[in-house]
Amino acid sequence: MKVEDKLFQNRYKVDAGHPHISIKNPDICQNDCKSVACTVCCPAGCYMEEGNGKVVLITDGCLECGTCRIICSEHRNVDWEYPRGGYGILFKFG
Amino acid sequence: MDEKFDAIVVGAGPSGNSAAYLLAKAGLKVLQIERGEYPGSKNVQGAILYSDALERVIPDFREDAPLERHIVEQQMWVLDDESYVGNTYRSAEFNKEPYNRYTIIRAQFDKWFSKKVQDAGALLICETTVSDLLMDGNRVIGIQVDREGGAVYADIVILADGVNSLLAKKAGFHPELDPKDVALAVKEIHFLPQETVQERFNIGEDEGVVIEMVGKITQGMMGTGFLYTNKESITIGVGCMLSDFKKQKTTPYALLEQMKTHPAIKPIIAGGEMKEYTAHLIPEGGYKAIPKICGDGWLMVGDAAMFVNAVHREGSNLAMTSGRLAAETVIALKEAGKEMTAANLALYREKLDDSFLMKDLKKYKNMPEILHSNPQFFTTYPELVNRAAHSMLTVDGVDKKSKEREIRGNFVGKRSLFGLMGDAFKLWRAFE
Repeated sequence: MKVEDKLFQNRYKVDAGHPHISIKNPDICQNDCKSVACTVCCPAGCYMEEGNGKVVLITDGCLECGTCRIICSEHRNVDWEYPRGGYGILFKFG
Repeated sequence: MDEKFDAIVVGAGPSGNSAAYLLAKAGLKVLQIERGEYPGSKNVQGAILYSDALERVIPDFREDAPLERHIVEQQMWVLDDESYVGNTYRSAEFNKEPYNRYTIIRAQFDKWFSKKVQDAGALLICETTVSDLLMDGNRVIGIQVDREGGAVYADIVILADGVNSLLAKKAGFHPELDPKDVALAVKEIHFLPQETVQERFNIGEDEGVVIEMVGKITQGMMGTGFLYTNKESITIGVGCMLSDFKKQKTTPYALLEQMKTHPAIKPIIAGGEMKEYTAHLIPEGGYKAIPKICGDGWLMVGDAAMFVNAVHREGSNLAMTSGRLAAETVIALKEAGKEMTAANLALYREKLDDSFLMKDLKKYKNMPEILHSNPQFFTTYPELVNRAAHSMLTVDGVDKKSKEREIRGNFVGKRSLFGLMGDAFKLWRAFE
């Protein structure tokens, strides 16, 4: 089962146009970060590395765990907030 | 909302709810803020409820709490790729009321707990994220929420905002978490008919089983797997230290998928309908990683304070216990007419030190370091133990003494004699 299929089972209230996480400086991911650990560690697969080394973040499937913020320990390049009240993941079972 | 409260509790998980409930019950004016649509909608746990901790907050919780199954059997599996060596403890004692542990579904449980908090008189506001702590110098005097004019004041702010605790970081109380101090766990819930769950685990109605797993399922990372029985579903998950995930280049979801194909696990969840996939960080740094837990005008409880006993897979009970002790501290200071200063709130730390919570965390204070620097406990040993069992249990005309010699040879070959003695000593030190 692919991660997309897993996330499909979840309920979200997406705050369109207001992503709660952003990459501070995309150049750092592309040029300075060797590990791009976010593309491996994010349990929702929100971070993808493109062919040219650019890291793209789409927060719609975010499970709000905090992994990306903590593993980006060398560059601290992730701006991480909780979604606005009421938005984001809505666990049915938790 | 330019109002003043006796206490503001940030978060409506087990720690926040325990604190808010007891404070409100004691007659304090309590405001609780929850960012989810309803309490539980942002919360994730295995989940096992430990009765004792909740009983000390709500003694008659069994009357109406949404409980799945009480645990009658605990299994521990040490897995290789094809097999596992396990031990099982099942007891009729666990089938006598009052039951000691239950499986729960957090979204339902937290909603129930929150209703109790509101009935006790606390004001709960959901769908509201606390963006900052309001400070007067070093003293916390209130919170700022993401609503218009959202400043609210209180004598004490209790941070029950979970493992990430952004508030403590923004306020400069804590540094950012270290990847070696947190585990990332992912899990799924699979629905099956109630009878199927009972048949597969040989349990009656309301009886439940816990399986904890260690070994090849974490692919060399420091971590564990778990499988819990709910009423008509099975929860299965795996968690490993973030620092290891970073090194290993294995995605968490691939790890879980791989685990689900293990020949001992696959048939247990077969035919189940997966209805939710969740992820959560678990603060597993232990005693040495506990951050500052109180200061002028603030206290910290639960995951935010790193109160998790990773060795025994306990967390929610530590959350409820710390919430209770925080409330008792605030109530005592209030009654004595004392201010919520760091010096006076040190009483909270004293109460924690006197409880099982700190005593247990202190007991295992060396465990994280030992496990981090000795990955053989998650790879080599599970393999050796499984191979030994396979050899001894395969009847093939080879005499047992020769088999023993071969097993011994494997252990020494993999770890050397000094390595084995060293590992035994390390484990003894860790559990001492």
